[in-house]
Amino acid sequence: MQALFGQLLVGLINGSFYALLSLGLAIIFGLVNVVNFAHGALYMTGAFLAWIGLEWLGVGYFPALLLSPLAVGLLGVVIERTMLRRLYQLDNLYGLLLTFGLTLIIEGLFHHRYGNSGASYPVPEVLQGGTNLGFMFLPRYRGWVVLVSVAVCLAAWWVIERTKLGAYLRAGTENPRLLQAFGVNVPLMMTLTLGLGVGLAGFAGVMAAPIYQVSPGMGSNLIIVVFAVVVIGGMGSILGSIVTGLGLGLVEGLTKYLYPPAASTVVFAIMAVVLLLRPAGLFGRER
Amino acid sequence: MTRTIRNLALAALLALSAGTAAAADKISDGVVKIGVLTDMTGFYSDLAGPGSVLAVKMAVSDFGGKVLGKPIEVISADHQNKADIASNTARKWFDEDKVDVAVDMVNSGTALAVMPVAAEKKRITILSGPATTAITGDKCTPYNVHYTYNNWALANGTGREVVKNGGDSWFFITADYVFGKSLEDDTAAVVKASGGKVLGAVRHPQSSSDFSSYLLQAQASGAKVIGMANAGADTINTIKQAKEFGITPKQSLAGLLVFISDVNSLGLDIAKGMYLTTAFYWDYDEQTRAWSKKFQNHPDNAKKAMPTMVQAGLYSSVTHYLQAIKAAGTDQADAVMAKMKASPVNDFFARGTIGPDGLFRHDMFLVQVKSPQESKYPWDYYKIVKKIPAVEAFPTVEMQKCPCDRQYFDAQKCPWVK
Repeated sequence: MQALFGQLLVGLINGSFYALLSLGLAIIFGLVNVVNFAHGALYMTGAFLAWIGLEWLGVGYFPALLLSPLAVGLLGVVIERTMLRRLYQLDNLYGLLLTFGLTLIIEGLFHHRYGNSGASYPVPEVLQGGTNLGFMFLPRYRGWVVLVSVAVCLAAWWVIERTKLGAYLRAGTENPRLLQAFGVNVPLMMTLTLGLGVGLAGFAGVMAAPIYQVSPGMGSNLIIVVFAVVVIGGMGSILGSIVTGLGLGLVEGLTKYLYPPAASTVVFAIMAVVLLLRPAGLFGRER
Repeated sequence: MTRTIRNLALAALLALSAGTAAAADKISDGVVKIGVLTDMTGFYSDLAGPGSVLAVKMAVSDFGGKVLGKPIEVISADHQNKADIASNTARKWFDEDKVDVAVDMVNSGTALAVMPVAAEKKRITILSGPATTAITGDKCTPYNVHYTYNNWALANGTGREVVKNGGDSWFFITADYVFGKSLEDDTAAVVKASGGKVLGAVRHPQSSSDFSSYLLQAQASGAKVIGMANAGADTINTIKQAKEFGITPKQSLAGLLVFISDVNSLGLDIAKGMYLTTAFYWDYDEQTRAWSKKFQNHPDNAKKAMPTMVQAGLYSSVTHYLQAIKAAGTDQADAVMAKMKASPVNDFFARGTIGPDGLFRHDMFLVQVKSPQESKYPWDYYKIVKKIPAVEAFPTVEMQKCPCDRQYFDAQKCPWVK
């Protein structure tokens, strides 16, 4: 029983990464209608920027938590302005192919410079150590990850669902022309949305840096699962991606305890079942 | 007087040219071509990859770039850790590109796929990267040399010593594929034979980034030692997260396959205290230092990394191969293999002999990773705990029972010998 609690908590921690990443993907897909395959590579870039900042410029973890997502978001804005923008009137598939190509280029660049095994980012001093919960030892940093991720997810959800800016964003996805007629600068709004979504990936990258080895492949290991999360939650559904992210983390944690060899496949089995029963995903709606 | 000298000189010249003419016929296609088949961008690209290619090129250039008067060429390809890509590349190399020897093949799956192709075409394989003991056991071929290390040597070196030092109960975190299982089985056997107990194991899919749930299971088992039967990024993440969850130093980790490139990327603060077995350490003596610094400072070594045992082993094995061609007076596979097995190796990398099963038996080292305080200069990572003599380090010919070895010959398992 004790072991089970431990596994569930660990699952929740992983789930919060899934939630953070799938939230960014869902925002981008929902509002800009791009399937951003480069999300994993940008997550990795966020982690690497944090490491480079620490190693070369002495920028610590907490400033990096702000600066690195900003830099990644800026990179996203540049990509949107120079490349993605030209593909909006075409089929979704073109955006997917472009971002997939970008993934290969970004990963290749880091691979060339830092090799496959990457580098190790230390846990910030104030978050070192941990607490014994009785049923397991909870590293302080992991607790921090869960708290921050949930807070960020809720904030994003609140902005999009409950504020005026969010209302504009949602209106923009429904009917961009009409919104533009009301005097809202829709192209700018889309650029910023993409920057925000991508910035979230960079943010998740910095959060992950002290836990996982910072390496060029860290994004591609995770992104496939995250796509499954988005599909299960319903493409473009903000709340769906958060809830599904956390939920699947739990399911995965449970599998790792009950039958470890299936841990990497269980998410996809669930995805297949969900697609059969509810093609639009658990929280999605038919378009 | 002058006339005799002139005659002598003429005779010598004639003899020399006759020699080269004869040799020219004996080098197939007029060139000795070495193909480096390795993982250029995947999990193993830091411990093998471009560094492997560099080591082979250094061996060729130090040899003078020529053997028996004919040029030596090096080509390379990325097998992407896929057995089918590896065997197709090798087939093309042997059939069309005049490759005489394929080397490295890090990742046991690719090695086992290429060996029969090479044997069928009577070409040589020299393996430095792969680990499976079966390479010179049940799956051996007459044209193969397994040079640097194997699972048995790792299991034996680390397993036995750790048990001897009081680590007598084990739990395994194992990568769920052939390599991981074979490493776990080999180590578990050694642990039991040395009087230790195995309390359990958990098998994880390859490239899992999160190991916390496996580590919690290892923690709950109460084992003194957690054996990591995985490799590359998986091992790195296991070690890193074990420290995070406060598992080390209460329980200790035993790295069953850890390379110096892994320790370098982890950093000493995380890796310190860990035991591991290696065939080569750059800072062992004058000879190893001299060669390794040459490797490190080579203009093609972009990351200025010190060589791993796989890379150093490649330099040594390719040099041995070229010497065998020179001694045999031909690059014909049977003659070269006979010479390679007949002549002992004695260089900066190792001293030992290649057995009839193709396994190179040499000394191994049990080392412990230094703490940041103990490390005095860059790459000062290991304390040598023990030098494991060749006879103890590797399985014997009798244990391997290679079906291509005359003693254990089995025509069904070794169809290449007539």
